Amino acid sequence: TQAISLQAPPTQRLASTFVLAAPIAGKSKEAEIKRINKELANIRSKFKGDKALDGYSKKKYVCKLLFIFLLGHDIDFGHMEAVNLLSSNKYTEKQIGYLFISVLVNSNSELIRLINNAIKNDLASRNPTFMCLALHCIANVGSREMAEAFASEIPRILVAGDTMDSVKQSAALCLLRLYKTSPDLVPMGEWTSRVVHLLNDQHMGVVTAAVSLITCLCKKNPDDFKTCVSLAVSRLSRIVSSASTDLQDYTYYFVPAPWLSVKLLRLLQCYPPPEDAAVKGRLVECLETVLNKAQEPPKSKKVQHSNAKNAILFEAISLIIHYDSEPNLLVRACNQLGQFLQHRETNLRYLALESMCTLASSEFSHEAVKTHIETVINALKVRGVGPLRGQERKGLDVRAGGGAWMSGYSLEREVVAILAEKYAVDYSWYVDTILNLIRIAGDYVSEEVWYRVIQIVINRDDVQGYAAKTVFEALQAPACHENMVKVGGYILGEFGNLIAGDPRSSPLVQFNLLHSKFHLCSVATRALLLSTYIKFINLFPETKATIQEVLRSDSQIRNADVELQQRAVEYLKLSSIASTDVLATVLEEMPPFPERESSILAKLKKKKGPGAGSELDDGKKEPGAEINGGMEPSASTSTPSPSADLLGLRAAPPASLAAPTSAGNLLVDVFSDSPAAAPGLAPGTDENFLRFVCKNNGVLFENQLLQIGVKSEFRQNLGRMYLFYGNKTSVQFQSFTPTRLPQLNIQTKAVDPLVEGGAQVQQVLNIECLSDFTLAPLINIKFRYGGTLQNITLKLPITLNKFFQATEMQSQDFFQRWKQLSLPQQESQKIFKANHPMDPEVTKAKLLGFGSALLDKVDPNPDNFVGAGIIQTKSLQVGCLLRLEPNAQAQMYRLTLRTSKEAVSRHLCELLSEQF
Amino acid sequence: MNCRQGKLRLQKWYTTLPDKEKKKIIREIVQIILARNQKMSSFVDWKDLKLVYKRYASLYFCCAIEDRDNELLALEVVHRYVELLDRYFGNVCELDIIFNFEKAYFILDEFILGGEIQETSKKSAVKAIEDSDMLQETMEEYMNKPAF
Repeated sequence: TQAISLQAPPTQRLASTFVLAAPIAGKSKEAEIKRINKELANIRSKFKGDKALDGYSKKKYVCKLLFIFLLGHDIDFGHMEAVNLLSSNKYTEKQIGYLFISVLVNSNSELIRLINNAIKNDLASRNPTFMCLALHCIANVGSREMAEAFASEIPRILVAGDTMDSVKQSAALCLLRLYKTSPDLVPMGEWTSRVVHLLNDQHMGVVTAAVSLITCLCKKNPDDFKTCVSLAVSRLSRIVSSASTDLQDYTYYFVPAPWLSVKLLRLLQCYPPPEDAAVKGRLVECLETVLNKAQEPPKSKKVQHSNAKNAILFEAISLIIHYDSEPNLLVRACNQLGQFLQHRETNLRYLALESMCTLASSEFSHEAVKTHIETVINALKVRGVGPLRGQERKGLDVRAGGGAWMSGYSLEREVVAILAEKYAVDYSWYVDTILNLIRIAGDYVSEEVWYRVIQIVINRDDVQGYAAKTVFEALQAPACHENMVKVGGYILGEFGNLIAGDPRSSPLVQFNLLHSKFHLCSVATRALLLSTYIKFINLFPETKATIQEVLRSDSQIRNADVELQQRAVEYLKLSSIASTDVLATVLEEMPPFPERESSILAKLKKKKGPGAGSELDDGKKEPGAEINGGMEPSASTSTPSPSADLLGLRAAPPASLAAPTSAGNLLVDVFSDSPAAAPGLAPGTDENFLRFVCKNNGVLFENQLLQIGVKSEFRQNLGRMYLFYGNKTSVQFQSFTPTRLPQLNIQTKAVDPLVEGGAQVQQVLNIECLSDFTLAPLINIKFRYGGTLQNITLKLPITLNKFFQATEMQSQDFFQRWKQLSLPQQESQKIFKANHPMDPEVTKAKLLGFGSALLDKVDPNPDNFVGAGIIQTKSLQVGCLLRLEPNAQAQMYRLTLRTSKEAVSRHLCELLSEQF
Repeated sequence: MNCRQGKLRLQKWYTTLPDKEKKKIIREIVQIILARNQKMSSFVDWKDLKLVYKRYASLYFCCAIEDRDNELLALEVVHRYVELLDRYFGNVCELDIIFNFEKAYFILDEFILGGEIQETSKKSAVKAIEDSDMLQETMEEYMNKPAF
């Protein structure tokens, strides 16, 4: 238990929001109230003020209100502000809004409509964190209005294939809460059968949450959920037989998944033993394993280990008792409980007694329980002898383990009472035992126990005399328990005549004995005794004068208690005016009670659950639906087939490439042999090139002779580019040789060296990106036009961003990754002037063309753009996040790129910043 | 959760009750728990429920469970919650809980929902909270770039 030290000094992490809290913590009550009222006034004025509060301040004040509420003060405002926080897209503001509502808004609030609206939005957001917050809120408030609004939506979320595990968990328990409050509003349907199969889910947390829901559903509709039995058994069997380390984080102090085990055992208690022999066999095996483990040496000395282990054991025993059909298991369970009864751990003794109590009502366990009845009674003897006062009482407390003192102790009495009745050889022994019980520890005998003893005495005339004698003797004790007075008064009033022959217990002696206790008793007991007295007048006419005297005394007839006064007055009148016959009729001996079940046993039976049948179905496994975040499934691109998947490239050449119709001439040297064009890039290519960063098709180059069109497509790290060379002249180009310069792994096919006038030739380039690059590959085109050699070098529009694979992700993932890429060199930022009109739609289109996904609802500022993607190269993948903040007023943009590779961040930032 | 002086530090209800009733119940339970000595067992019958409690330093953690619920496991629920707090706060103390009560609530919601155990894995439950903290920090950093 010392693993946790709560005594450490206060940490420095005191929320700065709560400057308020510090002075409050230690001061006097008055100072606290004064301080709080001041703060409340301040917050109220902030909320009412003309100046609209920003989200942060709203959050701060709502949080303060919560704090004040938790200090025990009433809060009657701030609800509206909290509701406003719900629609914030800042997680922490939303979170505080939901917390306030969960703690402070009760179900009939008129705000519920607004709240429901916010919840609806969050449920639809597909952002798992927001969805969980909304589900937690529904589960926490659990009102009927919420059930009306969401009871049909949540099952859908629960069983949808693409729901995240954490959302499933919350949805299951949220639905459970709604089902408990408003079962009529939760529609049963197709989802219920799928819910059962959550028992097979790979995620232990999902199973843990789902079992609770399934158990509740099973209780209401056992027949509809029968299939869960076999699933639960196989799940349980897998857990029970797993090694203590198999389940990793679901192992608690060397005990594999104790919470899930207990929940599964509880689920099984909704049904009778499985009918299918195989399932039953497997279950019995599980239960035996649990019992066996109890005998193994502990794997840890920590109390957490033994508690978790025994928690499963007790639940297994409950199931064994519930089935009540496996004598072997019952006996083992009983022996185990017997061991616990003598355990030094107080909690275990308490629980063992409780279970023993349930076990006592089982049909098959008579013999086994009998062997332990001695243990139980011995335990009681040791603890119970002698008056329960002072030192001894304290000693007893220690041994009986205190815990049991208030409740467990009374429980022990009940155990004895039940055991006594069940195993009573003759009823005089029973009466003895119970009266002993009352004598020793009357305080802890429940009403049921003493009613039962009276019921039994009245119904069995063979013990009536004995009972009268016994209570009479018990009442001789100078201080006897009030419960004893009650039982005594009742029994003597009915059967006192049976012992009246003995002068030591003559009617008057009996009366005086009872009356000597009268003044020490409570009103209820005194009322009972007054009835005994009037019965005495009937049974023993010789006591009439004495008793009338008592009834007539001021302390009775003028008693401040109405009930006592009324009884005294009425009984006095009855005894004076009624004839003996009338009196005898009125005060006749009580008729036997109908022989019904002992109320104690009835109480016990209530503790056992209902039951129904089940059958076997094993080992159905749902495939783990989750792949990896939100990446788009990508088509296989290793062998691209040029015709099929390339957007119908061949269908028609772009209009711009349509060959112009001009008269056919011989090739004429237009530019002469000027070498200027040869080594350098063709003029204008850079601007043109930049236009292709965000698009794949268009005219790459054009002069008077030649037009080059391009169409391309990229998938992962592969690309295919079609170049269309159009001869704008009517003269043939000769020796036409486009050659790419070696950079990327580009395969080209040779092109026909002759291009007829007005004709177009096409060249296909297959591209593979091996690693990240910054320089675009070049292509050199030489041809003879007329007698002149033309030499054009162009940048091919292949930039790194072409290998961008867009990645959709939720806001939380985005920020998680953003955080992971926080090294200075991973970020590249540029602030630049807008070169084009700042149209958000155009910007969006450009960003999409750039290749990144556009993420909605990530940036708190809706004007900003956020994108994400992965650069795919053969040797590595580079995750990229980008954020673009337009500033319309300044006509500026700020662009931030974060990637795992410095060069990539820089290059992409440069490429993209030229686009706006 | 209440301290030795009987001041309530954290309360969470899984049934809907009027405020007055809640206050009455809290008073009653705090009295019962504070009156018990260390040698007594951790379970007390209370109305038709059972109180399961455990003391950690100056704080008592107490939950009321139904008659048929598993008491030992309830005790470990309390312990696991304390472990979660400890893992999150690092050597948690009463003041952590007083001043960061909202975190204590968030952690509780990850662990228990609607009165049922949702996630027993320490990693998952605390991770959810740490993630949201991270989110908050990142968002602050993200938003706090100087204007341009």
